[in-house]
Amino acid sequence: MQNVRIKVDKVQTPSIQFSNLEISLGRIIEEEWEEKIGPTPFPTVTDLRSWDHKLLQRYKPVYLPYCDVCCLCTMGKCDLTAGKRGACGLDIWAQQSRIVLLACCIGAATHVGHARHLVEYLIERFGRDAPIDIGSKVGVEIEAPVTRLVCGVRPKKIGDLEEVLSYLEREIVQLLAATHTGQEGDNIDFESKVFHAGMIDHVGLEVADIAQISALGYPKADPDAPLVELGMGTIDSTKPMVLVIGHNVPPAAHIIDYLQDHGLMGKVEVAGICCTAHDLTRYNPKAKIVGPLSWQLRFIRSGVPDVIVVDEQCIRTDVLKEAQSIKAPVIATTAKDCQGLPDLTREDANEIVKKIVEGEVPGALILKPEKAGEVAARVAMLIAPKRMKYKVIPDVSAVIEWGKRCAQCKDTPCRRACPNDLPIPEAMDAAEKGDISKFALLYDLCIGCGRCEHACTNSAPIHSLIVASAQKQIREEKFYVRAGRGAIQDVEIRRVGGPIVLGEIPGVIALVGCSNYPASGVEVAQIAEEFAKRRYIVVTSGCSAMSIGMYRDEEGKTIYETFPGSFDAGGVTNVGSCVANAHIAGAAIKIASIFARRNLRANYEEIADYIHNRVGAVGIAWGAMSQKAAAIASGFWRLGVPVIVGPHGSKYRRMLLGRRDRDEDWVVYDARTGERVYAGPCPEHLFYAAETKEEAMVMAARLVMRANDTAKGRAIKLSHYIDLHKKFYGTLPDDLHLFVRSESDLSVTIRDEVMKILKDKGWKERPIPDPTLLPRLVRKEA
Amino acid sequence: MAAEPWQVAEIPGPVKAFVIQKPAVVLGMMKKAKRSILVAGHLSLQRLKEGTALDYALEIARAGGADVVATAHIIGEAKKRGYENVYSMSAMEIAGRLQDPEWKGLDGKGRYDLALFIGLPYYMAWTILSGLKHRATHLKTISIDRYYQPHATWSFPNLTDGAWEESLKAVRDLLRGAQR
Repeated sequence: MQNVRIKVDKVQTPSIQFSNLEISLGRIIEEEWEEKIGPTPFPTVTDLRSWDHKLLQRYKPVYLPYCDVCCLCTMGKCDLTAGKRGACGLDIWAQQSRIVLLACCIGAATHVGHARHLVEYLIERFGRDAPIDIGSKVGVEIEAPVTRLVCGVRPKKIGDLEEVLSYLEREIVQLLAATHTGQEGDNIDFESKVFHAGMIDHVGLEVADIAQISALGYPKADPDAPLVELGMGTIDSTKPMVLVIGHNVPPAAHIIDYLQDHGLMGKVEVAGICCTAHDLTRYNPKAKIVGPLSWQLRFIRSGVPDVIVVDEQCIRTDVLKEAQSIKAPVIATTAKDCQGLPDLTREDANEIVKKIVEGEVPGALILKPEKAGEVAARVAMLIAPKRMKYKVIPDVSAVIEWGKRCAQCKDTPCRRACPNDLPIPEAMDAAEKGDISKFALLYDLCIGCGRCEHACTNSAPIHSLIVASAQKQIREEKFYVRAGRGAIQDVEIRRVGGPIVLGEIPGVIALVGCSNYPASGVEVAQIAEEFAKRRYIVVTSGCSAMSIGMYRDEEGKTIYETFPGSFDAGGVTNVGSCVANAHIAGAAIKIASIFARRNLRANYEEIADYIHNRVGAVGIAWGAMSQKAAAIASGFWRLGVPVIVGPHGSKYRRMLLGRRDRDEDWVVYDARTGERVYAGPCPEHLFYAAETKEEAMVMAARLVMRANDTAKGRAIKLSHYIDLHKKFYGTLPDDLHLFVRSESDLSVTIRDEVMKILKDKGWKERPIPDPTLLPRLVRKEA
Repeated sequence: MAAEPWQVAEIPGPVKAFVIQKPAVVLGMMKKAKRSILVAGHLSLQRLKEGTALDYALEIARAGGADVVATAHIIGEAKKRGYENVYSMSAMEIAGRLQDPEWKGLDGKGRYDLALFIGLPYYMAWTILSGLKHRATHLKTISIDRYYQPHATWSFPNLTDGAWEESLKAVRDLLRGAQR
């Protein structure tokens, strides 16, 4: 029960007399839940500050400022170089943390805004009492582990999520306020707020995904969710085609509904880019996924889409311009992205279709998903014969022609505009001589930003030339991805919880995030394959889940065809879209709850301490690009889970790095005795940008080590760490003395070789503690 | 080419690197330094006409008496070249260590007051050098990479592959000459 207000104007009895009595109750804590409520229900910005400071003492910010100035208020710009303070008094360290907080607030607001939008839509469609069910038939009893942990409530109906959303919105406002000029001044307190924003973000993710899983018939914790088609080559360009881009699925779902209701399924292609594509295929596996967000320009310019429907997040902001170049209309469907289009929400669908098809408007803003779905489907069918798949990707002859026209600028502005420094001038040079192979090679490496085109002094359509040169690759771009399964089953957690905590399953590797890769997206697939073969648990989501699918092994199979979708050793588990990342955090939380029987309810600090010291999970966001990715990562940081990003991630402005050379940073309480003991740098870092995929893999194998690993578990983890190091670095690691606690931490096959090195380093055996950072969890005082 | 950031939108701020017009600048800086370190990223495996950039980097380090950190996965490659003072550490880790004025160096013998950089992705070197510019006031930095890095103290300008190789060679030869 929440927000109860009782107002009595006047009561007059012989014994009582009063007027204007008003009683207001914020909320009544549910008492039917047997689990005792923990110390931090609905925590405020400072409630978990002491936990944050414990982590930040260990993992200090290492700053990487993008520039030397602050330009957020009119007293600036302020030069903050090397310790100078700005007009408001802020130094560059606090300024960097402030920008990180701003980014995480944007990310959290975006997810929570999306969740609010979804929940309101679902309530309108299915009612407040629609049950939350994300897998009851397969025994998922903890329906919302993140929400239970943070808020201390157990949502049973979709309407219950409104209270949670109100809390999240309140916290985001408080956090955002802290970034205003003249508020927070301490960099570490900014970082604590970053963690809070991340935690809030995770609850928002969970709210969004459990609502849509429950109401829209998605796979419910199904490891055998269907394989769906992926890639530009899977799209039948002879059919009318609707392309959906973004993250908020209702308009796309209504396209499917309309086609089904009118017997048109199969006659119109419906496919998506980015997370709407994931959720669309969770809704109906006959829909297709074109690719990750970096596929927008290449696919639009191919001319295949007849209508483009955008909802929210990660959409190219010039989508209308691009769509107009292929004479395709755009339908915008949320207030967050109106694209300057006329709001036709209140007009009759027939009228809207007519206006669009006759070219009276370049598209429409339609804020009713059902109407947007109907209009999109009808427009696609009517406009397809008119458009004749009009495209702007030129023929190969035009690539050569552009090569001849290239000015070969001495200062190579095209290359210097490219985030990945791709050798475009060399490709142009080769094209001039009739060789387009160098352009074709750029296809896999290009993140599809189009900056090269804006830099070109000849206005050459460079991205289109790359795509034109790669037609063979595009035709062969036919892959599979397993539809997002949603949550991890409780029974799966029971099965793997022990082996993970003891270290016998070497780790959980979560490949998540966007497609701003330093090189090809195939690198993500290679990382997934390496760890799945080694029988780590690989989980994935979002654009990374798509990139993992866009790769075939020696037998011609995609990873999803080779490895099972179960949350188990050697599994590759696609949980779904960005918001499904909540299930990855949820799995770690459920390990503490189901396997270790720790109280979950509003017990954040204890559960985070458990995860940090015991659950060997690492996130790898190889192409992290967005503020949302920053928020998701920061939610994992507060849980004590390390995140590795690709080299572009260094632009997030600061890392959170441990110092292995400071023994005092790695001291924990032994919960059995209360003694303070050295537990080694496990995990060594909390946020880390790797330079190459090889480094990322070796680092991940290092970061899955936890203070609690048993000797058998540590031996397995060390075997993989050593093997990967030898494979990719060509040497033995030089830091084994930090991770070997006793000889039995080494498998017999490497024991002699390693022990010799350790003895040379003066290594000494040390005990394995029952580790905690929280003195209150010590069972016996020292 | 002029001393402009290689990636054109990367605008640093008021303090920008001096451009190394003559290799003698590097010689002078290395001679003046009490302890120097060279950080070599994976792109230093790039093949030039007479060797890789890593070959030149190690020769420069050897001639200048600098310790070397091979970042990413290239430690095996670096060790093959037979220079003893080569350590494996990631770009982020060495960035963090160098920001700390209390850090005693890879061998524990004392902090570095000069760091040379080569072979990191441009934007990664950019952010690392920026962090050092702001935080490591005890440290001078030199980028001997192909492209201008404005957050360094000193940097090569944007160069062609050929001019870069010539510059590396010139620095190496000067340092070798100074050894004799």
